[in-house]
This record gives sequence, structure tokens and C-alpha cells, in this order.
Amino acid sequence: METESILTKYPAGDPSALIAILQDIQQVHGYLPEKELQKVAKHSGLPMARIYGVATFYNQFRLQPLGKYVIRVCRGTACHVKGSFNILQTLENELGIKAGQTTRDLMFTIETVACIGACSIAPVIMVNDECYGKLDSKKVKKLLNDFRKAEEE
Amino acid sequence: MARDTFQQVFTNCRHSAENPCSYFIDCITSGQKCHQSEASNQRLRRLKDRLLLVEHDHPVFLVGMGTCGLANGAQKVYEALQSELAAWDAKAQLIPVGCVGYCAREVIVDVKLPGHPRVSYAEVTPQDVPAIVEAAKRNEVVGDKLLGVYEGVSRNGWGGYPVFQQLPFFKKQKKIVLDNCGVIDPDDIDQYLARGGYSALSKALNRMSREEVINEVKNGGLRGRGGGGFPTGLKWELAAKAKGDKKYVVCNADEGDPGAFMDRALLEGDPHKVIEGMIICAYAVGADEGYIYCRAEYPLAIQRIERAIADAKAYGLLGRNILGSGFSFTLKLKKGAGAFVCGEETALIHSIEGKRGMPSPKPPYPAHQGLFGKPTVINNVETFGNVPVLLNMGAEAYASIGTQGSKGTKIFALSGNVNNVGLVEVPMGITLREIIFDIGGGIPNGRKFKAVQIGGPSGGALPESVIDTPIDYESLKDIGAMMGSGGLVVMDEKTCMVDLAKYFMTFIQSESCGKCIPCREGTKRLLETLERLTRSYRSERTQEEAMQRFQGMIYLERLSEVIKSTSLCGLGQTAANPVLSTLRYFREEYEAHLYDRKCPAGVCAELLTYRIDTDKCTGCTLCARKCPQNAIIGEKQKAHYIIDEKCIRCDQCRLNCKFNAIIVE
Repeated sequence: METESILTKYPAGDPSALIAILQDIQQVHGYLPEKELQKVAKHSGLPMARIYGVATFYNQFRLQPLGKYVIRVCRGTACHVKGSFNILQTLENELGIKAGQTTRDLMFTIETVACIGACSIAPVIMVNDECYGKLDSKKVKKLLNDFRKAEEE
Repeated sequence: MARDTFQQVFTNCRHSAENPCSYFIDCITSGQKCHQSEASNQRLRRLKDRLLLVEHDHPVFLVGMGTCGLANGAQKVYEALQSELAAWDAKAQLIPVGCVGYCAREVIVDVKLPGHPRVSYAEVTPQDVPAIVEAAKRNEVVGDKLLGVYEGVSRNGWGGYPVFQQLPFFKKQKKIVLDNCGVIDPDDIDQYLARGGYSALSKALNRMSREEVINEVKNGGLRGRGGGGFPTGLKWELAAKAKGDKKYVVCNADEGDPGAFMDRALLEGDPHKVIEGMIICAYAVGADEGYIYCRAEYPLAIQRIERAIADAKAYGLLGRNILGSGFSFTLKLKKGAGAFVCGEETALIHSIEGKRGMPSPKPPYPAHQGLFGKPTVINNVETFGNVPVLLNMGAEAYASIGTQGSKGTKIFALSGNVNNVGLVEVPMGITLREIIFDIGGGIPNGRKFKAVQIGGPSGGALPESVIDTPIDYESLKDIGAMMGSGGLVVMDEKTCMVDLAKYFMTFIQSESCGKCIPCREGTKRLLETLERLTRSYRSERTQEEAMQRFQGMIYLERLSEVIKSTSLCGLGQTAANPVLSTLRYFREEYEAHLYDRKCPAGVCAELLTYRIDTDKCTGCTLCARKCPQNAIIGEKQKAHYIIDEKCIRCDQCRLNCKFNAIIVE
């Protein structure tokens, strides 16, 4: 669904619909592209600064696109003692980005989360919706290579 | 269509959303008023019996499919039942219900056979399904998975099994708000109506004036269940008296406390009760528009609310001229976007208005100047859930439950190191000990109880010495905690209280909106102090840092008091509570961290020392090989040694040692 058709669902000039509009746009794009936000500004009659303010206040919104593979590293207690910090470092070194960032080719994003709830197979990471447990540095490197290979094919 | 279910049994009923009849609900509860005929009343009785599962011709299976049930695999159980039932009885019903509250024993499947009482099975897996269905075919019960048999008309030969309501987990509970949760299909408004739903609304609209409704709520002694405990009737009265051409009713369903899920369960299990409470409130204060502000992290609750609103509209219970009373009310759902502070009422209002969810100073109170500058009543989900109960019971009966200052029941989400994790509704005045040890079944793994955190990040941690205090708003304040929204996290002896305070402070720090300085900067200073306490001397680079550790401790209490008294909103005012309460009851643990540089509970990793018991060590070299820092040295067949300076406390040596030779202190 295009931004235009999202906007037609909400009356023009109504600032109270802003959060709902942003939620819909993020649903489509996965993040809030600046170009789309400008359309929202025009539609709702709000300055860009106000929209930026709202978009940065709430945890749900992001202004950068996510990678195709979103890697969530569990930093919960159980994973922590099983060496999830090493896993995170390996990922950061391999991909050349820090937690919370996305690679330039929009392939990988690294995030840290409090707990995935899969403590029995710690340390664990979640790639998109799939869990990978009992990891070590070697397995992480292999996993990344598998993803890269899958993309080349 | 759902709308017609009840009308089909009535003769000549013309009720519709466009042309409403005041008696529609009364007819459902006590038989048709006009066009009376024995035939239609008989049809009504039969319909209600079928909806309430009193009398029915085909077996009914009910699966607990709240978020917790689904996380435990309820979907797979549901699918397994689906295929089993298809092969047995095409007319057998399979109903997804909400959460009955016994989360420790999910997935819960109930079976109701014609002529038999309802039975409840616990910890059901897809592999158990064939046995359960086979037993049902023979009118029997699978003993080892059985949780209990419901109290009912006739036990019909199943007398030997435990009674569901008499189980330790349920016995001390008093379910008046959660009575439908896990029992009815939350997506089926007819089941809610058959159980007397919306009769409180009908009573209010047909037989009570606005003032009478407010007085009834006041006399019932209902107080806000979201945490503060402000008298609900008084709040309504303020809004009713406030001047304004338009008024709003808002339901606060932005439940963000870590370890709290009462509102989610109520909305997922019985959304109509909350909606009914909101309509009654709107009638009492003269509002014609309402919002439910629900966090986006609760997709199932959102789905259930949307369905419930649509169904209530179709029945003419929302919209224009409700039940012919001339009173109109529309209800909308707003999704939160992930901000803890939006649970604060002024922040929530700003969020609905599409702004950054930051609180503003009070007064003006929302009752005078709230949403879009109009008088607004904001109540919590559970508070609205109590309203229909109160009106149905009558103020006097409702006020007879509870204590002098706190009436009715409270729902708690019991979690942490306790056997029966789950959702419990208890009368006010019950003690924490009863909840934790009688209902909760005590602490698992034979460990000792240490503390219970009540009220999430705004509450306090209470030790064993005070858990015999009866639960009500005032006495909890006296012992340094607060009712809060209802999270109860139980902790055993392996929990470090300094670490707990640090955890909550990290949470508050990341959720503080940053508008006022005491909360934004003060909590950061508190966090820094706690971090210094839990940091090893080896990470202190200069002597100054060691001094700061003591300095921070000296100012800890004073800083907490300043944050408490000068913050703008409730989040900041209560932010220091976890620190203050742990300091009050577990001071010796702080001192152990500060002076002895030890963590008595063995949690704060940096303060632990690892060494090898030379008598037990056989020199197998396994630990030395596993050590990522090469911090363990020693020759084969001889006792090894850990170089403390190199050790990073990764715990690998202890986990791998086969002779329990690693000592951690």
C-alpha cells in the first residue's frame, strides 16, 4: 500500500492521527523513510520537526531501514553467562557494524534484546523469526556465510 | 449473524442498533417483557443453557488461548484437537477461550461432555490429545493430566477427582472480575450476554440517574487499580461537574511494567466487561466519546477489543441512542507505540493527541482539562472491569469485600521464583504470605524466600518480616511499597538486591522521557552509584573512582528523596522506590558490596572470586583448556590455580569441572 492510500484513511489536518499513520507506514516499509514523512507533513499540516519528534520518541519507530536479516542477540542473564558477549563481538567484527546498526548493503542488522526466552539453548540469537542456539564464534561465522551464500544464489 | 441469536428466540422482537429497545438486555436476563409467551421463554432458556454449557447435545472442548497459552503451544494443541474431533463428532465444538490464570500449568484444555461436569486438563501437549478425546468418547477422564473437575450440578460418577475451584491455587482466590476469563469465548458476545453481561449497563441506563451511578460507585469504595488508588467515584464526580461541551472517557491499557500482565489477560479473556464499564462511566459523567489506549505489543488484546467493539455496536450497545435511553457513546481503539511513560495519564493524553508522550504538570487535572482540552476520565482496565461487577452486586455487597479503606478485589500477576506462576484475583486484605505460599505454592527447588517486588519499577521489594501485612493501599505505603498495577515478582535467596535495584534503575533510565531534570539526571546518578557498587576494584582505574563509590552511597538516600519530591510525574516520583525499599530492608547487602566488596547472593559477577579447591582438584586440565583467558595454570595430575587478575568470571571452569573443585565466593 502506498503512503497516499494510507493517508486517505485519515482526515487531512488531523494531528491526532499522526501515530497511527506512522505505524501504518512502518508496516509497509519496515521503517519511516524521509520522503514519506514529507507527504505526512503535507497531509496533516504538521511541521517536519514535530513528526521527527514523535518518530524519535517512541521505541517502535525507526528512521533507518533494517537489513534483510535482522539478527537479535540475546543479552539475557542465561546467555550472558554462556558467553553471548563473545557472540556479539564476533558478529560485530564479521559485519563491521555495531549493535543497532545495519550494513551498507542492507543485508544485516544487529540488535540486542533483553531475553528471547530460550534460555535452555543459550547462547542464542534470533535471525528474523528463527532461533539459533548453543552457538560459539565458529558457528556464528558459518551461519553468516550460509546467509551470504543463499543470497548469491 | 451474531446479532440475531437472541432475537430468533423472542417473538416479535424489533430491537436493532437503529431502533433500540430499552428492555433488550432485561429480556435476555429475565425473560421476554413484551409479547410474553411460554414458548419464547423456553427457547431463551434453551439458548442460554447451550451458551453456558449447562445443557448441550454435543461435546465441547475449550482451549486456553491467551498469549501465555499460545507461547506454550496452544495453537498446536488446538490443531490436534481439530483433526481428532473431525474424525469423531462433526458437531463437537472447539472453542478458544482466554486465560484462566494458571500459567504454570499451560496448555489448559477443558472438556465438557453432555450430562457431565466440566473438567480441566493441564500441561496438555499435542501427543496427549488422542488419549483425551478417546476418554471423552467413553465418557471417561484421563487421570494423570487432570487438573480438576468443575463444581457443578452433578458430579455424575466423577466424584473421586479433585474439585477445580478447591485446588490450592484457586481456593483462596475470589474471582469477581476475572470470573469469565478462561471460561467463555471472548470473541462471542452471546456468551457474555448469557452470563448476565451488559445487565449493569441496562440497570444504569433504565433505572438509575447519572448521580445515582456515581454515588453507587462512591459508596462501593472502588479505587483506581492502576496504582495510585484514587477513589473512582470522586474522579467521575469531578469530571461530571466540570463544564465542557464535550467529555471523554479513556481506558488506560498501556501496561508496561516488567512482570505485569493483568490488563492483557482481562482484555484477552473478557473484553466486553471492560467496554461495559466504560459505557457506564461515560453515561455517569456525560461523555459521548471514548478511547482504549492499548500498547501495540499486545496484538491479541487489540484484536479482541476490535472484535468486541464491533459486536457491541451491532447489538446497539455502542453508538447512538443506546438501549433507547437517548445516550450515545462511540468507542475507538488507539495503539501505543512503545513508551513506558505513556502509562502516566497526562502523557497518555498527549500520545492519543498524536504528540510525544510526555507528561505535563497537574493541575489542571484531566477531569477538568484532559484530552483535546476537554474534561476526561482516565481509568485503568481493571478499574473499568470492576464497574459492572459493583453495579450488579450493589454498593453494599461490594463494599463488604476487602478492608476499611480498600474495597473489592485486586488482580495480581504472580511471577518469578514461585511454583504457581499465574494470574490471581484476591480480596483486599489478604496477606502477601497467603498469596505467595498458599496460592503460589511457595518457592521452587527447596530454596528460601527472600523478597517480593510489588508494583513493578515504582514499587518496592519486601522481605519476609513484613509479608504478613494485609494488602491494601495504605498499609503497603506504610511499609515502603505501593499497590502499583499488580505485578508480584517473587525472589529467592539467589537474588541480589543491589543487582535488582540496578536492573530497575536501568529500566527507568531508558524509559525516562527526559522532560524534567530530577528524573532524567537523578536516575542516571542513582544508576551510576549502583554500578560502582557492583564493579570490581580492578575496573576502578583511579583512586578517585573508589572514593566516588563511597560518596555515591552517602548521597544515595538524599538523592532518592530529592527525585521523589521534585519529579514532574508519577514515573519520576516513584523511580527511586526500588532503591529506597531495598536500602531499607537489605542494607547489609549494600554494605557487603560497599565495604567487603562481596555479593552475598553470588550474582554480581565482578565481585566474585574463583579459586580451586586443591583437595578436590585432580589435575585433569579440563578447566585450563576451557578457560577463554588462559587464567588457569597447573601441571597434569596436580592441583591447578586460577590467576585472579586474568579471570573474567565467565563461569566456564565451574560449569565444566567434574569434581566440584571450583569454589566461587
